[in-house]
Amino acid sequence: MTAYLLGRLGQSVLAVGCVLILVFFMVRLTGDPAVLMVSRDATAAEVDAFRTAMGFDRPWAVQFAEFLGRAVRGDFGRSLQYQSSAWGLIVERLPATLELAVAGLLFAVLVGVPLGILAATRPNSVWDALAQGVSLLAQALPAYWVGLVLIIVLSVKLGLLPVAGRSGFASLVMPMVTLGLGVLGRLTQLTRAVMLDVLHQDYVRTAHSKGLGPGAVHYRHALGNAAIPLVTLIGVNFGYMLGGAVLIESVFSWPGVGRLAAQAIFQRDFPLVQAVAFFASLVVVTVNLATDLAYGLLNPAVRRQ
Amino acid sequence: MTTGRRRGRRPIALRVAVGTSLVLGLVALALLASLVAPHPPNAQDLGRSQQPPAWLADGAWRNPLGTDQLGRDVLSRLIHGTRVSLIVGAGGVALALSLGLCVGLVAGYARGWVEELTMRLCDVQLALPYLLFVVAVIGVLGPSLANVVLVFGVADFPLFARMARGEVLRLQAAAFVEAAVATGSSQLRIVTRHVLPNMAAVLAVVSAFEMAAMILYEAGVGFLGLSVPPSVPSWGNMLADGRNYLTTSWWIATFPGLAILTATLGINLMGDWLRGR
Repeated sequence: MTAYLLGRLGQSVLAVGCVLILVFFMVRLTGDPAVLMVSRDATAAEVDAFRTAMGFDRPWAVQFAEFLGRAVRGDFGRSLQYQSSAWGLIVERLPATLELAVAGLLFAVLVGVPLGILAATRPNSVWDALAQGVSLLAQALPAYWVGLVLIIVLSVKLGLLPVAGRSGFASLVMPMVTLGLGVLGRLTQLTRAVMLDVLHQDYVRTAHSKGLGPGAVHYRHALGNAAIPLVTLIGVNFGYMLGGAVLIESVFSWPGVGRLAAQAIFQRDFPLVQAVAFFASLVVVTVNLATDLAYGLLNPAVRRQ
Repeated sequence: MTTGRRRGRRPIALRVAVGTSLVLGLVALALLASLVAPHPPNAQDLGRSQQPPAWLADGAWRNPLGTDQLGRDVLSRLIHGTRVSLIVGAGGVALALSLGLCVGLVAGYARGWVEELTMRLCDVQLALPYLLFVVAVIGVLGPSLANVVLVFGVADFPLFARMARGEVLRLQAAAFVEAAVATGSSQLRIVTRHVLPNMAAVLAVVSAFEMAAMILYEAGVGFLGLSVPPSVPSWGNMLADGRNYLTTSWWIATFPGLAILTATLGINLMGDWLRGR
């Protein structure tokens, strides 16, 4: 088990390292930040001066060595746009993204899992049709467009919720629903499928026959054993959401990591792009690792292997 | 209670029919766009900008779904936009599938360090922020339809490579492949006659779902202004335009979304059907 853990950990560190290297060269391929950062009517000499000050005129190899040396120590340099620590900016935006991701996932789990269970325990019922319809639609709908439609209906026409920004629970409702929708669809479908598989296994019949109510049987016995694929799905999506829901944060002007990433990319804010990319890949890799480990907690058979 | 009922399988014919007709309808629209569309997609008429759809108070049947901020006909742009979405979906999947198949076959057959290296590289690719990859490639190569197809194909191939490798490992252990080896078939024959045909079903299902996903992504990056040039009528570009006029002209952003929904729903329904077979 320890060897397995160390091996997985090593792989994860390696993957993040490779992403850093790729990102370093990729952002430099996208163009010259000096031209974008300096005001439009700056002279060529001023642009050159900025380039020298930022160190972008040195050979890539030198810049890369310096970048790696600092990155190892957790220093990603200063954002060109904000003139402050790139990593600090991410940490500052993290609570907003975390809040949105947790809310979105909660919405998806609280609606999707019960709906999937209802569908599986009453096949071919109205609930089943509803669950399948919801999962089909939720997966086919473009989330950012749902966000726009919600804004048109709930904010512009009805004036019920704030259009954008982050100001208490009311402003969280639309981004949460929009972000959670895709996961909700997949989760409903998957819950239904795994529950259908589990429901006619012997231990479920035993649980029924010893007189447990349907709630206890479905939620404790059946769901507990069907949980592994659901946990994987939730984990992977949590990783992507934390890495920044770029589109949805942009639609609702949600002040999170995703919007920061989009701004950094469009402004060619190299240090910030590198820091965000590092953060996003770190989150994805960590969540994948945590998901693998969660299997052991949920299923003793995996733990013994 | 029969197994079929207990497993909750519903008659699937209706879904296939709906899915297939949606997809065929869109393909027909894409092919016949110039004939079907009432106006040229980029024809501007600033005197008739932001006209509402025909059934609303100020609408006219000249522009059934209204006009955008430059007076361009929303319906015509929608019809022409079908092309971009379908080309990106089909082209991106074709590229990802062929790249992934090559890498996956090599990894599955070579084993050892080649397999280890290619699979780890796939992991890296999958951990790479998607948007950054799109921006970097489009930034270097310039925004064009071909480049968008290229980005999506390359970004998505690790998924296919992993699946192909998994299938190779599974099939190598299958009795009919062992039999073919024992009777002296060449490796090439085994790959083309036994391995590829047997992984086709799995890859077809994944291809369908990925095609739908790519259409969603294309519109998403188009919405951020990172897909085809703004002059090209595409659903993503229309969404980006409409976003700035949500309060005054809801129809500019609403209809492209419905078009995307139609395409992804149709393809997903067909994918479901393929998976069930």
